[in-house]
Amino acid sequence: MIKGKFIDNLPKVYGIYTGGFIGFIILMAIGEQMGMSAKAIGVAFVAFTIFIYALIGYLSRTAQADAYYVAGRQVPTVFNGMATAADWMSGASFVAMAGGIYFKGYGYMALLVGWTGGYILVATLLAPYLRKFGCYTVPDFVGTRYGGNLARLCAVIVLTVASFTYVTAQINATGTIASVALDIDFKYAVYIGLISILLCSMLGGMRAVTWTQVAQYIVLIIAYLLPIFWISNKMGAGFFPHFMLADEVARIGELEQQFGFVKNSAADLATVPKGLAGITKAHSAVNATPWAFISLALAMMMGTASLPHVMMRYFTTPSVKAARKSVGWSLFFIFLLYSSAPMLATLSKLSLIDPTLSTGIIGKSFAEVQSIDWFQNWNQANLMFISDFNGNGTLELNEFFMGGKAVVLATPEIAGLPYVISGLVAAGGMAAAMSTADGLILAIANAISHDVYYKMIDPKAETAKRLLVARVLLVVIGFAGATIAAMEIQGILGSVIWAFDFAMSGLFFPLVLGVWWKRANRQGAIAGMALGLASSIWYLVWVRTGGSGFLGITQLTFGIFGAAVSFVAMVVVSLMTEEPDKATQKMVDEVRIPSGRTVTGK
Amino acid sequence: MSNAEKHWEKTRSLLFVTLAIWFVFSIGIFLFAAEMNEVTGPFGYPWTYWFTCQGSLGIFVILCFWFANRQEKIDEEFGFNERGDD
Repeated sequence: MIKGKFIDNLPKVYGIYTGGFIGFIILMAIGEQMGMSAKAIGVAFVAFTIFIYALIGYLSRTAQADAYYVAGRQVPTVFNGMATAADWMSGASFVAMAGGIYFKGYGYMALLVGWTGGYILVATLLAPYLRKFGCYTVPDFVGTRYGGNLARLCAVIVLTVASFTYVTAQINATGTIASVALDIDFKYAVYIGLISILLCSMLGGMRAVTWTQVAQYIVLIIAYLLPIFWISNKMGAGFFPHFMLADEVARIGELEQQFGFVKNSAADLATVPKGLAGITKAHSAVNATPWAFISLALAMMMGTASLPHVMMRYFTTPSVKAARKSVGWSLFFIFLLYSSAPMLATLSKLSLIDPTLSTGIIGKSFAEVQSIDWFQNWNQANLMFISDFNGNGTLELNEFFMGGKAVVLATPEIAGLPYVISGLVAAGGMAAAMSTADGLILAIANAISHDVYYKMIDPKAETAKRLLVARVLLVVIGFAGATIAAMEIQGILGSVIWAFDFAMSGLFFPLVLGVWWKRANRQGAIAGMALGLASSIWYLVWVRTGGSGFLGITQLTFGIFGAAVSFVAMVVVSLMTEEPDKATQKMVDEVRIPSGRTVTGK
Repeated sequence: MSNAEKHWEKTRSLLFVTLAIWFVFSIGIFLFAAEMNEVTGPFGYPWTYWFTCQGSLGIFVILCFWFANRQEKIDEEFGFNERGDD
């Protein structure tokens, strides 16, 4: 396949691909009618999509550094937007987000605001300038702007801590989905997930990841939106749920009033399987203090603007102008999914708790609920649980427990959609987790291979050797991540949020001030990164070990503390030491002008 | 003042305007979340609920494209525009 030709034909290539995927869905639907088993459909969906990604990964193989690190800097804006959206929306966004909203309501929706608002910071403060800089990795920017190996190394460390925290969660998610869809043990499924991830990225680096991520975005957005529209129509809630669920939202409020949030005793709750939760918070009412909401949103926004695997996507556009536009497209493609998650949560909750609906289970007798097929399936999968705490034989709101993942995974089945939709959803979740994992592993491996190996250890290394090191690191980091994921330490969402906090503590101000404050110097940046990261880790450990915290900063928002320390340290140390030399100041001036050659001279 | 300095000054003002709008819809309005949720807003949703699931998100998308266009205009004004490849 000729490269130039491929770029020119992108809309056509992905148009055919989308058509082919829809054809595959229809084929599976026909298969289901003809008696294909649920399990066979699940396996077919996951295996078929992974095969396509691996094929794209193979076709995009490369031996050039420019293609491997930044996809040759020729990815058009709209496609880079799709790739970024896939890179960005992780297994957590796809599988856990609607569930979080289902259980926690308004307080949780701070994540929706935070994970989109952050892109304004990316577009205005960073992306175009880093693109102009012309670096391969984020630590490359830090190392060149501030100079010296220590600054570069600090950036690599922050990147590794944040991205590695994040990637274990993603490999965990691929493992969860693979184990459900393929019906194998989680411990092995994790490695199947890992191998699929590596198939996409190993041969072609950023170029392969870019084109697989576009393919993965198409799968995941179809898999997310199709069931929502279908369920909404089937329930008679409206043909375009986003604009038509006001009555349903109000109805949930009414039912909450009617049932009340009965608090279960600790002894009763101890009998509920780990990881499952009941509905304890109002759906649409404001149930968090302004600061709890705002601090979470703020932490996620600053974290977004510090995560290297997102930032490096904007290194691949053909120009600075394209980088800016591309942020807009990324946000648009992310918006499509994020604005739909609350709708899914609403539909899912109403269909379960409204006694007037045929799917509603609250108010039914225990024997009746236990005889429902889907309840038995998800009860067996350890994602649903009921227990008659008050002994009246009728299921109450506080006696029904569900896993967060079930909102996305089980709602199609509850609403009575054909199994082909469940298979599609599994493929979508797999795509979401794989695409993010690929971006993260690549970010870490590239930083270590480019910044540590090439820039510090062996600056004379030939391209072939550099790329070999990069690939070996990719595999090593992937396996390390999978090994930790197999231990199942943290839930999917917990570790994702921590990654944002670590990233903002160490990188937000060194990156932003590197562009916007000429006076920022090496000593200041090193202090900012080192103290920012160290203080955030200290705060997290302190809160986790029983510390009370201060200013309402929790283990989800500890990055606010880390970033504040980082900012103060960076400004104070910069002002106490001498200003950067003329060459560096000139470099900053050049970064601020969008036209012309990149600062690194390519 | 040199051409580059004037360009940077305009760029910075655009940044402040963009961040001010961003601040209002990501932080400002949520200071009044409880009061705002009592009022019915677009499509019949309570205002705060609508902002958290659609309003703010949609405004960010529009703001992002608006910013990109404004910045392009500024770049053109000072002759810093790149040859069209997007």
